[in-house]
Order: sequence, then structure tokens, then C-alpha cells
Amino acid sequence: MKKEFKVISDLIEEKSRALDIGCGDGNLMEYLLQNKTKDIRGLEISKEKVQKCLSKGLAVIEGNAENDLKQFPNKSFDYVILSQTLQAFLSPENVINELLRVGNRAIVTIPNFGHWKVRIDLLTKGTMPVTKNLPNEWFNTPNLHMCTILDFYNFCKKRNIKIFKSLSLNGEKISDISQSNLKFKNLISELGIFLIEK
Amino acid sequence: MNNLDKVKSIIVNKPLKLDCGKEISNFPLAYETYGKLNEKKDNAILVFHALTGDQFASGKNPITNKEGWWNYAVGPNKAFDTNKFFIICANVLGGCMGSYGPGSIDPNTNKAFGTNFPVITINDMVNAQYNILDFFNIEKLFAVAGGSMGGMQVLQFVSNFPDKTKVALPIACTASHSAQNIAFNELGRQAIMSDSNWNDGLYETNKDNPDKGLAVARMAAHITYLSKKGLQEKFGRKLQERTDLKFGFDADFQIESYLRYQGSVFVDRFDANSYLYITRAMDYFDLTKKFNGNLSKAFEKTKTKFFIISFTSDWLYPTSENKDIVIALNALGADVGFIEIKTDKGHDSFLLDVPDFLNTIKNYLNTTYFKLNEKGI
Repeated sequence: MKKEFKVISDLIEEKSRALDIGCGDGNLMEYLLQNKTKDIRGLEISKEKVQKCLSKGLAVIEGNAENDLKQFPNKSFDYVILSQTLQAFLSPENVINELLRVGNRAIVTIPNFGHWKVRIDLLTKGTMPVTKNLPNEWFNTPNLHMCTILDFYNFCKKRNIKIFKSLSLNGEKISDISQSNLKFKNLISELGIFLIEK
Repeated sequence: MNNLDKVKSIIVNKPLKLDCGKEISNFPLAYETYGKLNEKKDNAILVFHALTGDQFASGKNPITNKEGWWNYAVGPNKAFDTNKFFIICANVLGGCMGSYGPGSIDPNTNKAFGTNFPVITINDMVNAQYNILDFFNIEKLFAVAGGSMGGMQVLQFVSNFPDKTKVALPIACTASHSAQNIAFNELGRQAIMSDSNWNDGLYETNKDNPDKGLAVARMAAHITYLSKKGLQEKFGRKLQERTDLKFGFDADFQIESYLRYQGSVFVDRFDANSYLYITRAMDYFDLTKKFNGNLSKAFEKTKTKFFIISFTSDWLYPTSENKDIVIALNALGADVGFIEIKTDKGHDSFLLDVPDFLNTIKNYLNTTYFKLNEKGI
């Protein structure tokens, strides 16, 4: 999703230090290297993907965000990015805490389980939704903790996590999420993008 | 160990103060090169060999007539592509392939130094090899690389000379030799020193070498380079050229025969005293000690890009010890990549044909060289 890359990139200040958690093949890292900052690191759990990243010369280390963020000192990055991975952790809450410890700010993007297609799927078919952004069946999905934009919003509020910016991505359309349109955005957004700080 | 006059070497004139306090000067350092140094002199890679390696990393070793120890990795279109890079490899201080070591002749006695040779360290080895840069007029290396003891030298090099290489590849190594590492090395040394031919290290080279002791040392060490699974799959309980057990102490099992063979060929190419000195240097290696237990401090001044590699089945220098280096570098915000390669080949993986390992290095070096040049760094 190139559009997501652009949105993330726009949230990042030039020449800042960033860490991409769950960096996959390193596509977002390369995008940011070209457009924003030369100072970017990656953490990835899959050996195969780490190999791809290192083959591209990217500074990626093999590791798991739930165990390996410990090694980074407090506030050692300006931004820590977690793109569409939060739902795959055993403890998303701990991971969010670690993101906010390691980074001055965190950018978290979540596939929105509150999207109308997901709701209709469950309502009409009575089966777990399978969509473009959530392509797996219930028995083989890596996603352990799905949430909606509203869920994440409430989570941040309850824990006094500041939301600097919250954006909705629906197809190619980007729009702001605010307190007033929250329920509506929760219905129409495929992806929620949050810039947060504690 | 004959025909050593065939090897290339530089004479280091500058006095070198060793960690043990002694000073050496006018000593030889044997080296070999592969590929061509380009006009900008920005494509040089210094490769450090491991305990029993030498300067002949690639092609055919002219002394042993066997393949170079890193023949899988160094050569045209290989991981260290000699079509692109200029690879330099020197025999370590204390070695026995033409560099200054216990087999060198002591001018005072006209005999080999033997155990009168000063005890050397990884730091001494690296400081000695630094002279190679001057010899080739290289201002800054593109990379330093090495596995096992070679990896330790990589770490020491970057710590000693923080702005002399753009990239560092420590492979399957540690920043601090563990009790287990020291224990295995001591086992090898005791095997050598228990051989009556050893004669307190004053044996006459090529005459009454402590071959039996050295062979046992090699056999023991060889086991530590392999994984249990690898050994089981390759040898299992297979018998050696016999259909039944012989109820004696000949090599009934293939693994016994294999180890005996490894021991016997090793003594033809390696000097027992060098084995003592080099294992000692490894045991003394503790990069954290100098910095009061804070490994990060060892790399504080460097902007070098690190790529650290470990292997799943390496229990001699396990992933956890390699990761300690990654953690120390991350604490500094250094540019570091790390991968643990999946393989059953044990610690020896770095010397073997492990495609995931070799391909990743190849792509990493090629891309990084291209990117750094693009940026004009």
C-alpha cells in the first residue's frame, strides 16, 4: 500500500531517526530513505525477510518486537513505526508501551476491523470476515488481537497517550479523524494511522 | 610447512608494543591478495582468518596444495567478489605461514623461538596487520570481515581504528571468550604439552614435532566446530569399512576414522607452538574488559556500518553472544544489521557452502558499495 507509505512519510520530519518495526522486505524503509531520512533502522522477525533487507544493504536486525525492543535505550529514536503489525502481537499493550519508551513518538497503523465490509461480512454471512486487508481465514490468520479505529482511539485516551494526528485511509482517500467524526470514520476507513506520544 | 620462501610478506619496521609489554620490530607479516585495487583505492577488504587459517583465503594454497580456507566465499562472482573488490588477507602474528611467530628464528640462538616467543593477543594481531594499509597506501578500507577468531579481529579493528573501514562483518564470534571457549582451548593445549616431543616448546621444527598432541588437539576442536545433528546425519553409527564391530580400539566408527584423518592432515600444515599461542590470544580476548564491562564504549567513536551474522547450530559462538554485540551497537544507535542463518553445519558454517549466508553477504557488500559510492562517502 504505497499510499500508506506516503502518509507515514508525511508524518516524519526530515533527517530524523526512525525505527521500522516489522519492516518486512524493507519497502517502507527504502521509501523513507529516498524521501525523508537516511537514518533508519529495521527490526523483522522473518529470517527470509531480514535476508532480503540485508541484501538491499538496509540496517535491519532479526528480532521480535515483544522481546528485542528491550535492547534499545529510552528515546533512542525520533519515530518508531509499527505498520499493520500491532494485531499480531501476544501483548499489543506491552508493545505500545515499548514503542513509546524507545521513540519520542510512535506511528501506528492498524487495519480497521470496524470497516463496514467487515461488519457486513459478519452480520450477513455469520463467518469471520475475509477482506483485501484481512486475507486470512480465522484458523490461519497471524492476527491475534484485531481492533477497530475506535478501540485504538479509546485505548490511547484511557492510558493518557497523546494522539497528535489520526488519519483515515480508505482506498486512496486520506482524511482526518477527529472526535466528532470518529464513529463515521470507524465505519468507512480501511486503515487507521496514528501519531502518538507519551 | 616448507617452501615458505614462496609466500609474499611485508617487513614491519615500526616497533610494535605488545600487550605483554614486550616490543617487536622488523618482523615479517605474510599476506596474499585477490582481485585488483582500483584507482580510488576504495574497494579494499581486509579479511581476517580464524585459528587455523592463513593468508591463502581463496584459490589453491601453494604450500598445502589444498583449496584456500574461504574458497566458497572469496573469488570471482562469489560473496567477496574479486571482480569488484581487492581482498587482502594476512597470516596473523603468531601464525606459521610466514608471519612472525614461535617458529621464526631467534637471531640470538639461531633456533626457532618456540615458547620464548612473546605471548600475543588479538589486539597485537590487529595492530600488526594495520601496517598492511600503509603498505598498499589505503586511506580507508571498504570492509573488514572474518569469522570466529577472524570476527574477533574485526571487532578489535573497528575499536582500535574507528575511521579506517566503512563496513564491518564480524561472523560467528564473540566480544569476550567464554569459560567454555577457554576450556576447549585448554584441552587442546594440554594435548600438545603432554606430547613428550613438545619438550617445553623447544622442539626442532620439521624434525621432532609434537604431532600426536597436535592431532588430538585438532580432533577435540573439530568436534566443537560441528553440530550434533550434523554429525549424526553425516556419520550416525556407521562403521568404517567393516560390517561388524571388531572388539578393539581401531577406528570401528566412521566418525572415529574421520577425526583421526582430520588430526593427521592438520599436523602437516600447522605448528604446535603456533596453536598454543593463537588459542591463548583467543582466550585473552575480552573487548568489554578494557571498557569496564561496557561493550558499547568499544565502538563509541565509530561510524562503521556493521553486519553481524550468527548460525542457528553454532554452539561454540552461539547467537546469544553475537547478539550481545548487536545490543551494544544498538545502544549507540550504530548502523547495524544482524541475521541468524539457519543451518545444521555448526560453527564451521562460515567456511562452508551455505547459500543463504554467502548470497546475503554478496548482495549486502555489492549494494552497500554502490550506495556509499553514490553518496560519495
